[in-house]
Amino acid sequence: MKAAVLVFPGSNCDRDLAVALTRAGADVTMVWHKEPELPPGLDLVAVPGGFSFGDYLRCGAIAARSPVTSAVIAHAERGGYVLGVCNGFQVLTETGLLPGTLMRNAGLKFISRPEPLRVATVESAFTRGYAAGQRIEIPIAHHDGNYFAGPETLAELRGEDRIAFTYERNPNGSQEGIAGILSANRRVLGLMPHPERAADAGHGGEDGAPLFAGLVGALQAA
Amino acid sequence: MQEPAITEELIAAHGLTADEYQRILEIIGREPSFTELGIFSAMWNEHCSYKSSKKWLRTLPTTGPQVICGPGENAGVVDIGDGQALVFKMESHNHPSYIEPYQGAATGVGGILRDVFTMGARPIAAMNALSFGMPDHPKTRSIVHGVVEGVGGYGNAFGVPTVGGEVRFHPSYNGNCLVNAFAAGLADADAIFYSAASGVGMPVVYLGAKTGRDGVGGATMASAEFDETIEEKRPTVQVGDPFTEKRLMEACLELMATGAVISIQDMGAAGLTCSAVEMGDKGGLGIRLQLDDVPQREARMSAYEMMLSESQERMLMVLRPEKEGEARAVFEKWDLDFAIVGETIEEDRFLILHGNDVKADLPLSRLASSAPEYDRPWEESAAPPALAPVPAIAAMDGLRALIGSPNHAAKQWVFEQYDTQVMGDTARRPGLGAGIVRVHGTGKAIAFTSDVTPRYCRANPERGGAQAVAEAYRNLVSTGATPLAATDNLNFGNPEKPGIMGQFVGCIRGIGAACEALDMPIVSGNVSLYNETDGTGILPTPTIGAVGLIASPGDAIGSRPEAGDIALLLGGMPAHLGQSALLWEMFGREDGEAPEVDLAAERAHGDFVLAGRAHIRAATDLSDGGLALAAFELAEAGQTGVTLDMAGTAALFGEDQGRYLLAADEAGAAALQEAAAAAGVPLMAVGHFGGDDIVMGGERAAAAELFALYRSAFAAALA
Repeated sequence: MKAAVLVFPGSNCDRDLAVALTRAGADVTMVWHKEPELPPGLDLVAVPGGFSFGDYLRCGAIAARSPVTSAVIAHAERGGYVLGVCNGFQVLTETGLLPGTLMRNAGLKFISRPEPLRVATVESAFTRGYAAGQRIEIPIAHHDGNYFAGPETLAELRGEDRIAFTYERNPNGSQEGIAGILSANRRVLGLMPHPERAADAGHGGEDGAPLFAGLVGALQAA
Repeated sequence: MQEPAITEELIAAHGLTADEYQRILEIIGREPSFTELGIFSAMWNEHCSYKSSKKWLRTLPTTGPQVICGPGENAGVVDIGDGQALVFKMESHNHPSYIEPYQGAATGVGGILRDVFTMGARPIAAMNALSFGMPDHPKTRSIVHGVVEGVGGYGNAFGVPTVGGEVRFHPSYNGNCLVNAFAAGLADADAIFYSAASGVGMPVVYLGAKTGRDGVGGATMASAEFDETIEEKRPTVQVGDPFTEKRLMEACLELMATGAVISIQDMGAAGLTCSAVEMGDKGGLGIRLQLDDVPQREARMSAYEMMLSESQERMLMVLRPEKEGEARAVFEKWDLDFAIVGETIEEDRFLILHGNDVKADLPLSRLASSAPEYDRPWEESAAPPALAPVPAIAAMDGLRALIGSPNHAAKQWVFEQYDTQVMGDTARRPGLGAGIVRVHGTGKAIAFTSDVTPRYCRANPERGGAQAVAEAYRNLVSTGATPLAATDNLNFGNPEKPGIMGQFVGCIRGIGAACEALDMPIVSGNVSLYNETDGTGILPTPTIGAVGLIASPGDAIGSRPEAGDIALLLGGMPAHLGQSALLWEMFGREDGEAPEVDLAAERAHGDFVLAGRAHIRAATDLSDGGLALAAFELAEAGQTGVTLDMAGTAALFGEDQGRYLLAADEAGAAALQEAAAAAGVPLMAVGHFGGDDIVMGGERAAAAELFALYRSAFAAALA
C-alpha cells in the first residue's frame, strides 16, 4: 500500500503520521507542498497536523492553494483515499473535499489532552478496524476544532452515515459533537483528533492503531 | 542621517554609568558615535555581559565526562551515548512578559528554541517555569492568561512538546513575573555547530526574518528595574512568528547537513551586534558589515536601529563561499531571506558601513572582552525568624489547604494549552513529576524537570540553592533516570544592593556544592537581575532545569501506584516545618529555617532508588507539602485511595530533604527493604494504596472529593 504524507512549511505532525502509517505496513513517501504532482500509483494521501502556513489568514486556507493540493484534489476525484488529521482536516474543508468548516474552540483556548470519542460508523476503510459505537480515547491538540456546517449539510452527513467520530463530551463546541467526517464516496476522512498519537503503547495509547491497520489492510486488499 | 550628539543624558539613557563611559573613551581614544554608543550599551548591559554575576558563575562545576560543551555557547551539550548528544538551556524572558505577556512569553520560547537549533540540534522538548503574583492581585489573571497562551501559541505552532515546568504564585512577583523557558534538542555528537568564525574573507550571511524596529533597546530595558513608567516600554517587546521560526529551523538543519556552515549564531538580545561580535571574537577575527544589504522590513532604518533591533527569528552565519549556491537554494526552498551582509576580516575591527558612511569602527576583541566586571559588595543573608509554634491542625484540613491552592493543585489548566505530544515520543506528559521523551528510534528516553523553592532561597540562600538542585535530582531519579546535567536560570533583584547580591552569592554556593556532589554539572544558563518593581525585589528564584537519561525502557519507573501496593518512605521520618508550604498555605507564614540539605544522603538515597528500580511501581520525591502531598499525588495519579499509618503535623507535612515515597507490590517491597537494610538506608513502610478514601492522621476523606478539589482549584482561582 503506497501512501504519501504532504509536508507544508509549518507541518509538524508529518513525521508522526508517517511513523504510524509505516508501522501499519504502508510504504510512505514525504511530498513537499511545492510539488505539482504526486508520485504515481498512490493509494493514500495523508495531510498531517501542524500549522501549514502558521494558521495565518485561516487555518488551512493557504495550504489549500499550494501546488500539491491541486494534485490531491485530482487524486480524490479519481476515487483515491485521503486522510486529513487536525490541520489536515482544516485543509480538506478549505479545498472543499469535505464540507463545513472548523472554527475557533468555543472556550477560545488551545486544548491538548486525550479525549474520549465514539466510533460513529464502521462503514469505511478508515473505521472498519473498530466496533460500531466503540468508545476510544485519542488525543486532541487544537485551537480551531469547532466543527460547523449548515443544517442541510448536517442532515446529509447524518443521513448518509458520514459522521465518522464524535466526542463523548464535546470539548470545543463542535456541532453534534462531530470529531471527524467522511466524504460522500467514503474515501476522504478528516478528523481533529490525532490517531497517530495513539498508535503506540509507549506514547498515548493504542486506540488509534486500528484506524491505520484497518486502512492499510483495506487498501492492500484492494 | 544626522546622528544625535553624545550628551550626559544620552549616555545615562543607554544605561551606562559615568565610569563605564570613561572606559569606552579609553578603549577607542575618542568620543563614540551614536551608533557606537548603542553598540557599547548593548554589549555592556547586565543582560548580555553578566557583569555582576560573572565572578560567581565561574565557581560553578561545569565539567564531567558527560559534558561535550559547557557554558559559553548558545546552549550546553551532553553525551547521551551511541554518538548522540542532548543540547539544552533555560533562559528568562521576565521583563518583556510582564510588559506584554503574550508576546513576551512567546518570544521567550522562540529565543530558547533558537539557541538549541543554532547548535545543530532539533528541539525535542520544552518546559516553562512560571512565577506569578498572587491570584487576587489585579494584574495577575491577565498575565497568567497571556503568558500561558503565549508559551502555547509559540511552542505549539513550532511543533515541540512541552513536557514539564512549574507554576507558582507569591506576592513578591506581583509587579515582576518570571517566565523561564527551557528547550532541549537532539543532535549527533560529532555534528554540533559553534559560534566561532574562522577564515579571513569569509562571507557573513544573514538568515531568516527581516529586520524591523521592534525590540530596539530591549536588552537594556531588561537590565533595569520597573517603575510606574513601565507601560511606555511596551514598544521594546518583540513580536514572535513561530511559523518563520519553524521554517528557519528546518532550513538551518538542512543547511548544516550540506557542510556549508563554518559557524552560526542566533540573533537574540541586541541582535546583529551581539551575534556578529561573538562570532568574530571567538574566532579571533574582525567583522565588516554593510547594513544596506540587511533585509529590512521598514523603510529608512538607521544604522543604530539595525544594530540594536531585536526582531525575532534571525540568524547570522559564516559560510563556506564555495557552498553559497547550495545554501541559497535551501533558504529559497523555505521562502526565507538569505543575504550576504559582510565578511570576516583579519584586522581586529568591528566595522559598520551604511551607504558611504562608517557608522561604527571599534576594536572588536576589546568590545567583546572589556565589558566591565563588577565584584559587587554583598552581605550574608540574615538568619530567618525562628519557627514560631505551629497550631495543631486536622491533617485533612492541611491537605485541603495545599491541594486547594493554585500553588499545589493540578496544573492541567496550564498544560492542556500546550501541545505535549507532537513528535510522537512523549512517554510521560506533564503533571506526574518529571516529563519523559523518548529518543526517536532508540530505546533511550530523556527525563526533564525544573525546580526551585524560592521560600527556602530567601530564608537561607545556600540551602535554597542546594535544595533546588537536589529536588531536580530527585525528580529525575523518581522516573528511573540517571541525572546527567543541569542548566540554571538565576532570577534575582537588584545586584547593586548588597542584600540581594548576598542572596545571589549564597544560592550559587549551594548550587555549586549540590551539582558537585550529585554529578550534575551546569552546562548552560542565564542570569536575570533587576527583577524589582518600585524597589521591592522578588524572592530569589534560581530555577534549575535538569535532564537525566533512561538508558532502556526497562529502567523507567512508573508514576501510578495500584491498589494493594505498599507505600514506602525512603529517607526517614520528616519533622521540619520551617518555611514549609503548609505554613504558607494555611497560616500565611514564612518563618523558620529552610530545611537542611544533606548531599551525601541525597546521593545515597538516589543511588538506592536507581539500584532498586525494577522493584518500584511508582515513585515521587517529597518536597512542598511533605509526605502528605506526595502520598496524595501518587494516589491521584493511580486513581486509587491511600492510607498513611502516621499522624502529626510535622511527620505529615514536614519538608525534610532527601526523601522519596515509593509504591511497590509485596514482593517488591520485601526486596527493597532487604536491600535497604544491606545498604544502611532508612526505608520504612508507612501505609498502603487502595480503597476509595484518603486516610492520614487518623482522619478519612473520600478520594473522589479530594481529587475533584485538586483538579478544579487552579481554574477556580484563575480561569
